[in-house]
Amino acid sequence: MNIFVCLKQTFDTEEKIVVEGGKVKEDGVRFVMNPYDEYAVEEAIKLRDANGGSVTVVTIGPERAQEALRTALAMGADEAVLISDESLFGDEFTASNVLAAYFKDKSYDIILTGNQAVDSGSGQTAIRLAELLNIPHIGTVTGLEINGTDVTAQRDAEGDLEVVGGKLPLLITAQQGLNDPRYPSLIGIRKANKKPLETPVAGDLGVSGDAVAAKSSVLETFLPPSKAAGRILEGDNAARVTELVNLLKNDAKVL
Amino acid sequence: MSRKILVLADLRNGGVRNVTFEALSAAKNISEGGEVSVAVLSNNAAVNTGEFAHYGADKVYVVNNAALENYVPDAYAAALEAVIKEAGANVVFLAHSAIGRDLAPKLAARFGAGAVSDIINVELDGGNLVFTRPIYAGKAFTKNTVNSDLIFATIRPNNLTKSEPDTSRSAETVNLSVDLPADSLRTFIKEVVKKSTGGVDLSEAKIIVSGGRGVKSADGFKPLQELADVLGAAVGASRGACDAEYCDYALQIGQTGKVVTPDLYIAAGISGAIQHLAGMSNSKVIVAINKDPEAPIFKVADYGIVGDLFEIVPILTEELKKALAE
Repeated sequence: MNIFVCLKQTFDTEEKIVVEGGKVKEDGVRFVMNPYDEYAVEEAIKLRDANGGSVTVVTIGPERAQEALRTALAMGADEAVLISDESLFGDEFTASNVLAAYFKDKSYDIILTGNQAVDSGSGQTAIRLAELLNIPHIGTVTGLEINGTDVTAQRDAEGDLEVVGGKLPLLITAQQGLNDPRYPSLIGIRKANKKPLETPVAGDLGVSGDAVAAKSSVLETFLPPSKAAGRILEGDNAARVTELVNLLKNDAKVL
Repeated sequence: MSRKILVLADLRNGGVRNVTFEALSAAKNISEGGEVSVAVLSNNAAVNTGEFAHYGADKVYVVNNAALENYVPDAYAAALEAVIKEAGANVVFLAHSAIGRDLAPKLAARFGAGAVSDIINVELDGGNLVFTRPIYAGKAFTKNTVNSDLIFATIRPNNLTKSEPDTSRSAETVNLSVDLPADSLRTFIKEVVKKSTGGVDLSEAKIIVSGGRGVKSADGFKPLQELADVLGAAVGASRGACDAEYCDYALQIGQTGKVVTPDLYIAAGISGAIQHLAGMSNSKVIVAINKDPEAPIFKVADYGIVGDLFEIVPILTEELKKALAE
């Protein structure tokens, strides 16, 4: 089974965001593999272990994104691809078209990704990619079963659970609850450094930056207005609750 | 320059979700005289199409097809693609919901179009549309423009202002037939298991009662559910509570999980990790109940009670019952 995972390196979710010079400051920030992509990598490794084949992890990003790929390799992925050609950086339109160019001459049975990245939170790139590759997708998947080419996935649809059927090849976006991603073992980390890492540029992928230029652009980045410290209510439980109900009803007017 | 705007009606359990009317109101504001239309895709759902007109729709495109009974990407994409072409839309608004967030990127790719996801505002600036959206789950925001001829935008519920309905308006209904043969649908629904507790949808709830590790067990959510029932609220949870298996991940609020902006957010037994705060700190009013006076949740709370949630919440439920009965 030829299994691919598209992943992204993102800020650790415990990082505070600082805006400097109109941009989110990256200095000193801890980068991790996008948490949703960890579920995709874990599922890919499980599929390979059950069915044979190989897991290739692919990302678009700067040189530092290699660390996220190494993490995936240490977890058990077999090969990695880092597309760090800056002429191919842009928006979700750009990323999906660059990935589609990468997949053009590949043979794949299943492509897995996180259902969104915790930085941009758009959730566009994976679904766009499936459309560009002309394969179906199943989004926000919390359970996956594959028999031959038959796929049965459970997906989270706003709290409801949908059981969806389909056939390989297809693309899956992973939702929390799909599995418990493993931690890389020491042996895994040591092996990861010896696994192949490919770094194709625009020419290798047969795509030009102009052809995939971003359709959207950011005019401004800003922080939400900071909140003044709230009121800690004093008194016994009954008094505090009475005051709270009063405040919600008459001051905040949210009841 | 006027622009034609198409809004996909977001249907859930047979009803039209409020976000559809929020989207229509915004569409009317930015259309500069262009036609505003609605697409209703369903298997003969009984939808009051007249109501769309009250919020600005000039035309309602109705596609009825058995293949649209449940959301199936291939079926919905084909149907909406047909409506977009028929309406000659320049801008397509969808809800940032289970359907919209899945469908918008698929169609954007099909049309080679730009898209902005999860917007909380759209405004006109010198004839251009400027969209505001959260990044890092609301830790920061960006203003974006899109330069394609067709623009897709998904709209976060509860953020755009719904206009006062103008009941004198009416809209033309156009029935559109779209062929959706079974062999063109590459995925299919085998079963739908309704799981949402209490029936109030988290992403659209005006009030959310949320529990963290402090609830201590799955049973610990009971008093929160009782409070939520009195308020007509949805129940949410922190990652800590989900990881400890006190509740389903579907309830998780935070940077991994759902991002919510209700009018009132009551956090019980939630310490307020940064990743949780990202998912809820843009709520209009926040109440925190926690034993630990140093818990970070108190830094974003408008009103805080330091104490045991198992003592406070039942009293609050009783008091609210009385207050709401008045």
